[in-house]
Amino acid sequence: MNAVFVVLGAMVGAPLRYLVSRAVASPWGTFVVNVAGCFVLGLLTGVSSGLHALIGIGFCGALTTYSTFAYETLQLVERKAYRTAVANVVLSVVAGLGTAALGYLAA
Amino acid sequence: MPVVLAVSLGGGLGALARYGVGLAFPAAPGAFPWGTFVVNAAGCFLMGVLMVLATELVRAHRLVRPFLGVGVLGGFTTFSTYAVETRQLLADAPGVAVAYLIGTVLTAIVAVLAGVWLVRRLARRP
Repeated sequence: MNAVFVVLGAMVGAPLRYLVSRAVASPWGTFVVNVAGCFVLGLLTGVSSGLHALIGIGFCGALTTYSTFAYETLQLVERKAYRTAVANVVLSVVAGLGTAALGYLAA
Repeated sequence: MPVVLAVSLGGGLGALARYGVGLAFPAAPGAFPWGTFVVNAAGCFLMGVLMVLATELVRAHRLVRPFLGVGVLGGFTTFSTYAVETRQLLADAPGVAVAYLIGTVLTAIVAVLAGVWLVRRLARRP
């Protein structure tokens, strides 16, 4: 049953990421969804396994992405936008971890 | 609308695959989360392969990139689990947390670069 929840959550999370990335210029669209997803997943402490599958593994897992984050960073390097590439990596990791901790503390 | 649907279906499939890997390789408290690490590294490598194929080599159908890239690989890889696992490890095993935090970022960028490089190199062969 949890596998179904994972799929349902992801079927909402992935297109939401797509819509945000169309509205916000690369790589900051991915940055926004990644940080938002880290906060929501951080909030999900001690919830039932079904809710964790739906919102945590499914929705947050698909809302956030590592592959596009890494690919957009590489694109910045190939365009010689080195400072933006480094800023993207450092800010994503620091803000992702920070908001995950914030969500955990708020929960 | 077909693009949003393709992303949604791909995302569902990618997340299901990630869930399966997580069940097969559960992360013990305080241990390095190999399941998420391998998922993210593999997804980044495949993203590099796909993007070179779809943008430089093959005239792909317009739904291929949304389905496979944004959907399947986007849904397969995850940033939120990476961040939350790191936060949990910081309390139990700070050394492992730092290794996971930095190791994943470096591996992800090397993996996407390896995918891009490999396909470009193979494409140059006669």
